[in-house]
Amino acid sequence: MLEATDLGCVRGDRRLFSDVNFRLSPGSLFQVQGPNGSGKTSLLRLICGLLAPAEGHIRWQGANICSLGEDYFTSLSYIGHRNGLKEELTPTENLRVTSGLAGSQLSQQEASSILGKTGLSGREHLPARLLSEGQRRRTALARLLTCRTPLWVLDEVLTSLDSSAIRLVRSLIEEHLNRGGIAVIATHHELDLSTDSFQRLDLAL
Amino acid sequence: MFRWIVLRDLTLAWKGRVDVLSTLFFFLIAVSLFPLGIGPETNLLRLVAPGVVWVAALLASMLALGRLFANDYQDGTLEQLLLTPQPLYLVVLGKVLALWLVSGVPLALLSPVLGIQFGLSGKALLVMAVSLLLGTPVLALVGSIGAALTLGLRGGGLLISILVLPLYVPVLIFGAAAVDASMVGSGVQGSLSLLGALLALSLVFAPWATAAALRISLE
Repeated sequence: MLEATDLGCVRGDRRLFSDVNFRLSPGSLFQVQGPNGSGKTSLLRLICGLLAPAEGHIRWQGANICSLGEDYFTSLSYIGHRNGLKEELTPTENLRVTSGLAGSQLSQQEASSILGKTGLSGREHLPARLLSEGQRRRTALARLLTCRTPLWVLDEVLTSLDSSAIRLVRSLIEEHLNRGGIAVIATHHELDLSTDSFQRLDLAL
Repeated sequence: MFRWIVLRDLTLAWKGRVDVLSTLFFFLIAVSLFPLGIGPETNLLRLVAPGVVWVAALLASMLALGRLFANDYQDGTLEQLLLTPQPLYLVVLGKVLALWLVSGVPLALLSPVLGIQFGLSGKALLVMAVSLLLGTPVLALVGSIGAALTLGLRGGGLLISILVLPLYVPVLIFGAAAVDASMVGSGVQGSLSLLGALLALSLVFAPWATAAALRISLE
């Protein structure tokens, strides 16, 4: 359960939004929309705990995320604007390092099979700098499959993806929601997901 | 998990070894220029050797600092590191350890060879290497605070030096003093112990301060 009460965000001397409230139970999808600069990314970073809210709180399973500290991060996967890949490392190495840091060991085979699922078979051993933008995005998405965390926070995941990759993302999210996960997504695209519990937040400038 | 951080940074350092080598090369050239400039006056060279080697080590460590967080910040992996389920203190400690292993340790190991140019005795060379082994981790730890504070700023390199060089002064004084003492034959233990104390102190406080600075820089 992810809950936000009276959330407000101030960047510099500009107030981006205030009084944002939502309550997401397991299996729900939360889409954040709004024009450029309306604070979508800031809201997502607030949810991740990367940014401290100017007012209000965010609670995860009833506890304030500021007091949860590292424990909160065991249940969170975040994909931001930047893919978070090391250019020098291959997708397999990238994946193994991220899951190693998250506390779960991933063998070479497991990493390859996960990358196969996101459509990167045959590219596992190329340094990430040689991959196309879409392929890097796919590598970042593979991270979601390694940790299986209950809360996904995805910032504009659909950019630079082709139609097959967009279908892939949709099926990943649907599967995640069916398993009782929560997904928070900032995107301009229509998601068209079949889900029982869907909320949308429109941020205005 | 700590192992993964160190391993990750060591692998990255290996893949970008030109950067690592350039730091070492800087140290090598900077120290070697002095005997050439001063000329073959053994007594004078012996006198300036501790200071010269230590100042060069200081500057070389500072050159290496730029790599500590900047690359990770640019490609978004630093964000991911902040979101790993382990104390940020350990993440920072692991990164600093990896940095020290590729910049501080080779520097200390190289120093006896460079010291020969200054006509230092065997004992002085040994003390120099030991003092650098104790001092360079302090430089890396304290420097990490500056690197974290100046993350993403324009002209960050210059700012780091302004922030960090004054804090390097005690290390420079005690490090050079240890080598000096070994040359005049008085005890080196005092200075080396003080370096050890600085190391213990910075091991406890620096990663914590760096972690706080990183959180601020990434807001």
